[in-house]
Amino acid sequence: MLLVLFVISVLTFLIFVKLPPGDPARRLAGRSGTPEVIELIQERLGLNDKLSTQYARFAKGLIPWPGLWLNEEVYFSYANNVPVKEEIAERLPVTAVLMAGGVVLWLLIGIPTGVISAVKRRSAADRGAMLFALMGVSLPSFWLGMVMIYVFFYQLGWAPPTGIEIGASLPESILQGKFLLAWITLAVTSAAFYARMMRGNMLEVLSEDYTRTARAKGLSERRVIYKHGLRAALTPVVTMLGLDIAFLLGGAVITEQVFALPGLGEYALQSLGDTNTPGVMAVTIIGALFIVIANLVVDVVYAALDPRVRYS
Amino acid sequence: MPEPLLEVSDLNVRFNTDDGVVRAVDGVSFSIMQGETLGVVGESGSGKSVSSLAVMGLVNRKQADVTGSIIFKGQDLLTLPNDEMRDIRGKQISMIFQDPMTSLHPYYRVGDQISEAILVHEDISKKEASKRAVEMLGLVNIPRPDQRARQYPHEFSGGMRQRAMIAMALSLNPDLLIADEPTTALDVTVQAQILGLIDKLKDEFDTAVMIITHDLGVVAEYCDNIQVMYAGRIIESGDTDDIYYQPHHPYTWGLLQSIPRLDEHEDRLTPIKGLPPSLINLPDGCSFAPRCPYRFERCDAEDPPLVPTDGHHADACFLTLEKKEAVVREELAVNQ
Amino acid sequence: MSTPTVAGQPEANPRSGRPLVKITGLKKYFPITRGIVFQKHVGDVHAVDGVDLEVNQGETVGLVGETGCGKSTLARVIMRLYESTEGTIEFDGRDITHMKGGELRELRRDMQMVFQDPYASLNPRKTVGSIVGEPFQLHKTVERTKRKATVQELMELVGLNPEHYNRYPHEFSGGQRQRIGVARALALRPRLIVADEPVSALDVSVQAQILNLLSDLQKEFDLTYLFIAHDLSVVKHVSDRVAVMYLGKIAEIADGDSLYREPRHPYTGALLSAVPVADPRLAKQKQRIVLEGDVPSPIDPPSGCRFHPRCPQTKRLAKADGRTDGVEPRCMEEDPVLRPFAQGHTAACHFPLEDPIIASTGD
Repeated sequence: MLLVLFVISVLTFLIFVKLPPGDPARRLAGRSGTPEVIELIQERLGLNDKLSTQYARFAKGLIPWPGLWLNEEVYFSYANNVPVKEEIAERLPVTAVLMAGGVVLWLLIGIPTGVISAVKRRSAADRGAMLFALMGVSLPSFWLGMVMIYVFFYQLGWAPPTGIEIGASLPESILQGKFLLAWITLAVTSAAFYARMMRGNMLEVLSEDYTRTARAKGLSERRVIYKHGLRAALTPVVTMLGLDIAFLLGGAVITEQVFALPGLGEYALQSLGDTNTPGVMAVTIIGALFIVIANLVVDVVYAALDPRVRYS
Repeated sequence: MPEPLLEVSDLNVRFNTDDGVVRAVDGVSFSIMQGETLGVVGESGSGKSVSSLAVMGLVNRKQADVTGSIIFKGQDLLTLPNDEMRDIRGKQISMIFQDPMTSLHPYYRVGDQISEAILVHEDISKKEASKRAVEMLGLVNIPRPDQRARQYPHEFSGGMRQRAMIAMALSLNPDLLIADEPTTALDVTVQAQILGLIDKLKDEFDTAVMIITHDLGVVAEYCDNIQVMYAGRIIESGDTDDIYYQPHHPYTWGLLQSIPRLDEHEDRLTPIKGLPPSLINLPDGCSFAPRCPYRFERCDAEDPPLVPTDGHHADACFLTLEKKEAVVREELAVNQ
Repeated sequence: MSTPTVAGQPEANPRSGRPLVKITGLKKYFPITRGIVFQKHVGDVHAVDGVDLEVNQGETVGLVGETGCGKSTLARVIMRLYESTEGTIEFDGRDITHMKGGELRELRRDMQMVFQDPYASLNPRKTVGSIVGEPFQLHKTVERTKRKATVQELMELVGLNPEHYNRYPHEFSGGQRQRIGVARALALRPRLIVADEPVSALDVSVQAQILNLLSDLQKEFDLTYLFIAHDLSVVKHVSDRVAVMYLGKIAEIADGDSLYREPRHPYTGALLSAVPVADPRLAKQKQRIVLEGDVPSPIDPPSGCRFHPRCPQTKRLAKADGRTDGVEPRCMEEDPVLRPFAQGHTAACHFPLEDPIIASTGD
């Protein structure tokens, strides 16, 4: 895991700072590159230092420790004249809330749907569920999002206007229902996917020999499905979930854009537009960090679920 | 004459598939007495496994039509409501399966899986059930059962897993144990251990056993009575001496002649020519006739019923008794 | 005149004076590694741990043993599907142990393999004709125009309907698929066929058909077979000589009848005792030798004689000597070598059996 992070940090460093031609300081300054700023950057980055020192300065920012995390020398947003870490600190919670709500919703919808589909195979419920799954997987999230805004806000007036101010109180925003439509949009797409996956897993598990043994012991069908079947079928879902979460944290760009939620994804987009290179670097690295951590967590959870995988 | 423990009458199991109706079990009747060991022999497609699944109530009634009657201790299992059947399953009739590698749930500890079986049927504390589980593991000769009970199935070898399955199946002292190919997936020395174990425990627990296998050797050593199945029917049944020394059906002859024997040296084996019939399109008349070297006209027209010749030795073949005995004498040259 | 080669092995082929296959000191270890990035070599699976064997032209040698004994690995090493770790393999006098490239490919014409699982060993996307004809394509032994006819000849030879040339494996039964496998193996008219559990996955009546087929083909084409199986009755039936393997080594070799009547190695005795006999009276007369425990893993074989932890013989002798550990010291310290008991009958044991396991019923 550390190796992966190391490689990513080196690559990011090279791609953003070292490899492209031209003056890195100018690049980092972006559009707001007045000569004073550029000089400031050159001083901060210490472009005359050894390569390894430059890299170290850059890589230090990856360590989530006060004082080191996203240090101001490298990670400074010259466009807005604030350290990147402040900008991120404002936006990360928004993404987190968006993701958390979405995940909860899609698990609540997707998993039971998949299980029922599998248990009542070929029934009307199953066919309906799989139709829903097909639609959910096929509909683009931005289209769905916009349709939802149109219907529920514009036409029906049930939802509040979209958009949150940066720095607005999150709990208030949640209570105002600002996240609701975004959650539903996120959930629909993923729920569909998870429903299909659960169905497939459950069908496979229910035809395994150990399920037959469970029935032969006289267990109730409910017990067979939930205790024996579900647990085994959930394991691959956990893996998927870990990766999905990491991916989302890195920026549910489209959803954030459509619903005007200032999260990490939206920040990345904005930074690109503002040529706020340090911002982009930071988001890249944070995204990578999340995915690596998520992988580790997924491995641990998998081992907790499946005893065959545990290290002896 | 005591009442049989299990009496199956005219059992039919028909699966509805896209290709047609598969007559997996086609009018099967047999009985098992208390404490008896019955061997059910047949090749794939003979219906031996499906009949036992029907007895356990494990045939999905949505996918198959099950008719006939299965009387167990006075009750017809086929008409019992699901929850009553579940009471019987695992407690009064239990079953072990072929592949011990996949028959235990990989996520739960072995001891817990055994206690689960106990707790479903008995109202005792979890601690009590765990204790019983450990006792059972000891009974099946698993060393250090208290440690082993806390392990997971993948930490057990194949032979041990099968023993754990036996422990689980016998933990509630069932009246009938059904063993479906219990040793097929195991090494031969382990097979001997497992069969010996079942033999010993059945006496201790006074359990009737139904061993299903394709191996004529296995049933010779451990069974009191044997029934031979072909294409969903019983074509011969009797005690072991009957079947091995006085078989009366051409399929049984074919089976006995086609297996290589350790104590004999034959140049060529005598296989049964042809292939088993499709269970969707069973031939009119005797299902074995197309492959039978002794067939005559009546065999193609009529279906021979299972008819007893003496005591409980029965067979489903139109050949005369004299002819059958002649074949046994002359062509089989079995040790009498 | 022929001369006995290895102690206890029967006389070499009078035709060429040498065995078709000769293996000396063959070992195959599979390394075990731990760690994800930096794989540390922590041990080995001693799949085959020192085997000497000779197979003569036209003979059938059976290789029998349980899980972990190494018989399948041995077969694959002989076939050069694996590289050996140590030892030599000679085929018709040539050292093929490290043969590579074009030479190895040519060698393949002389030795072929038939596999166990007729459901998995045939490519489901290829027709029968293409499967059986593939060797012709690869080795260019038969020109394209004549291929179909040759394939159909082969199909008939193995008892298949040549008109099914264009069918796919799933349209055939298990026994028929196995015949396809045999046809493919036979295509290049090899001299040696290694059959790895060729009938284990088949029903009893079909098994007999395939065994008869193999026997007929052997006579017709003067084939040499190395027949691997875990079923002792089947192996004894087809083989001239039987080698019993345990944990990577040969425990005993003898011709079928001698092995059955006078087994010397206690493991052979246990195997014989364990084989179910389709004869209730004979079964009751059998000596029951039930081994304790499970087949050990070849990762860390026991010291001395590998069989000593489970050996009923050493236990019995140790008990008689008043020892409490259940093992004769020699069995724990010294690994026995194969030594001869009669012409062609060798076993590796310090305290071999003396009584027959299954009393003959007298005739």
